[in-house]
Amino acid sequence: MDMFLQLLVTGIMVGGLYGLVALGLVIVYKSSRVLNLAHGGFLMILSYVAWQFAEPWGLPMWLSIVLVMGIAVVLGYGVERIILRPLTGQPILATIIVTLAMFEALEGIQTLGWAGLTQGYHNFIPSTAIALGPVFIEQHYLWSFVVAIVLFLAFLAFFRYSRHGLAMQIVSEDHQVARSLGIDVRTVFAQTWVIALIIAAIAGILYGALHVIDVENANIGLIKALPVVLLGGLESLPGALVGGIIVGIAEIVGAGYIDPLVGGGSADIIPLTLMLLILLIKPYGLFGWVRIERI
Amino acid sequence: MRPAGTFDVSYAEDMAIVRTRLQWILVALVVAFIIALPNFSGLYWLNVIILMGITLIAVFGLHITTGLCGQINLGQSAFMAVGAYTSAILTNALGAEWFLVVLPLAGINAGIVGTIFGAPSLKVKEFYLAMATMAAQFIIVYLLIHSDEFLGTTLFGGPNGLGVPPANIFGFFEFGTDFKMYYLVMALVMIMGLLALNMTRTRVGRAFVAIRDNDLAAEVMGINLFYYKLLSFFIGCFFAGIAGALWAHYFYYIQPEQFTLHNSVWYLGMLVVGGMGSVLGTVFGTVFITLLDALAYNVAPFISAALPYLPQNITYVVGIILFAIVVIVFLIYEPRGLAHRWRIFKASYRLWPYAY
Repeated sequence: MDMFLQLLVTGIMVGGLYGLVALGLVIVYKSSRVLNLAHGGFLMILSYVAWQFAEPWGLPMWLSIVLVMGIAVVLGYGVERIILRPLTGQPILATIIVTLAMFEALEGIQTLGWAGLTQGYHNFIPSTAIALGPVFIEQHYLWSFVVAIVLFLAFLAFFRYSRHGLAMQIVSEDHQVARSLGIDVRTVFAQTWVIALIIAAIAGILYGALHVIDVENANIGLIKALPVVLLGGLESLPGALVGGIIVGIAEIVGAGYIDPLVGGGSADIIPLTLMLLILLIKPYGLFGWVRIERI
Repeated sequence: MRPAGTFDVSYAEDMAIVRTRLQWILVALVVAFIIALPNFSGLYWLNVIILMGITLIAVFGLHITTGLCGQINLGQSAFMAVGAYTSAILTNALGAEWFLVVLPLAGINAGIVGTIFGAPSLKVKEFYLAMATMAAQFIIVYLLIHSDEFLGTTLFGGPNGLGVPPANIFGFFEFGTDFKMYYLVMALVMIMGLLALNMTRTRVGRAFVAIRDNDLAAEVMGINLFYYKLLSFFIGCFFAGIAGALWAHYFYYIQPEQFTLHNSVWYLGMLVVGGMGSVLGTVFGTVFITLLDALAYNVAPFISAALPYLPQNITYVVGIILFAIVVIVFLIYEPRGLAHRWRIFKASYRLWPYAY
């Protein structure tokens, strides 16, 4: 029972972070109908940039984080302007392949800049565990969960109450309506990319602090975040958090019991198997919009 | 567009793939070139071309699933793995002389696995289908690594992989060297290429194109979506299985890590650069990207020498970044690919010196 509780709590903590990664995907998808398969690549590269600032160049961590966010803003705007905007109106296959090509390029850039080496943030979050009844929580997990939840609430408030956020909501409903209300749809696309990459930067740093900074981190944008957005629904912001926590629990609890039987690695497969099942049973997720097609 | 003065006077001519005398001469020249190539290419280029042929078969399969039927497949390399493992296990068990029997079985097995993972295409499409096939990529590789532990066997070799004997035709002829393997691969490229080319002109191929253009309209026209979507996955993955079997018997050694998402993305890139829905475009794209990669491989040492502070594995970096740039540039400026450029070139050649 203690083992189950321990796994459950760890699962919830990890799930919060997955939800944050998935939020970046959902924001872009909602406004521009582009599923950014390169999201994990950006997450990975930005976490390396933060490491570069913090460790070899010796800047304080808070300054590195601010600088990385600045880079994320420039990168997000640039990617939207140079690569995605010319593809407006192309078939969806084009955006899938373009984001995959970006994913490949980002892995190449990582090898170019950091030679594929694994790194880690030191002295960022203390690694002692906190006892909570029978359950031990590592401070890494706790901090990443708290930050993820706070950011989540902040972005939800942003989308519900701020002018820009409401503009993004309208764009996700209908581009023509948004235009007739005087909203510049292109600007909104750029803004969503910028926000998504800022989220990717934060999630990347948290994930790097939780485990290590590695090229393989790019895969969490695919094998973790995609099951999350699918479970929560591609169009739903709260769905990303709910889906994240469900996937996190399923992964950690499942891996905790199955790994001893098969010799490891099942943590990567459980979310994907879950995703296949969702695709077969309820493809639009818990909170997604069921699309009705007409000829 | 047809050349001026070329008319069909019989149904046989109307159906012919090769129509004019010039085309016959070109086909003969290409075939002669392919047969003569290993004698002067050198070992490095021979290996590049063999690998290109194997890739081409896999991309033909992707051409059918994605290019003709419009069902996105991000797991082509995993389906190749299924074919490679089927062929490796069967030839290890039965003996290499059964290669010609094992080869279609490898294709069929890959096709069946592909059909299972393609099943979500009945309910979903676009991004959702991309996710399902990407899940296939990771799940198949995971299963290949861990199956032995589940089953308690040593059949799959786990992460270490399997040794594979050279391909052999019923004990009479062994494809033991790269030189011989080249002819096997090229013969299969021709056969599979002809299959892919004729696929477009059959009832099945026309159904695929109708589904790609608008699947609801296709259903209204009486096309059985359930049957044809799964059939497109079966045929596409059958090609992947054949390619995988050749891969296994070319390298004599397979392991799960050889079949990555990275490869699947490259196959899709080749399809896009060449032009979706055209066999000739598929060939163009595969040749173009393979040559680009070979170029990166040959140029990288010079870059490394010129800029010594760059990391050692610069070859990989140059190849991957060139690939990404080429794919992005093609999607933005020529989404119909090299095949479209070729069509424009042919039309203007036939009309020359007039503009239209």
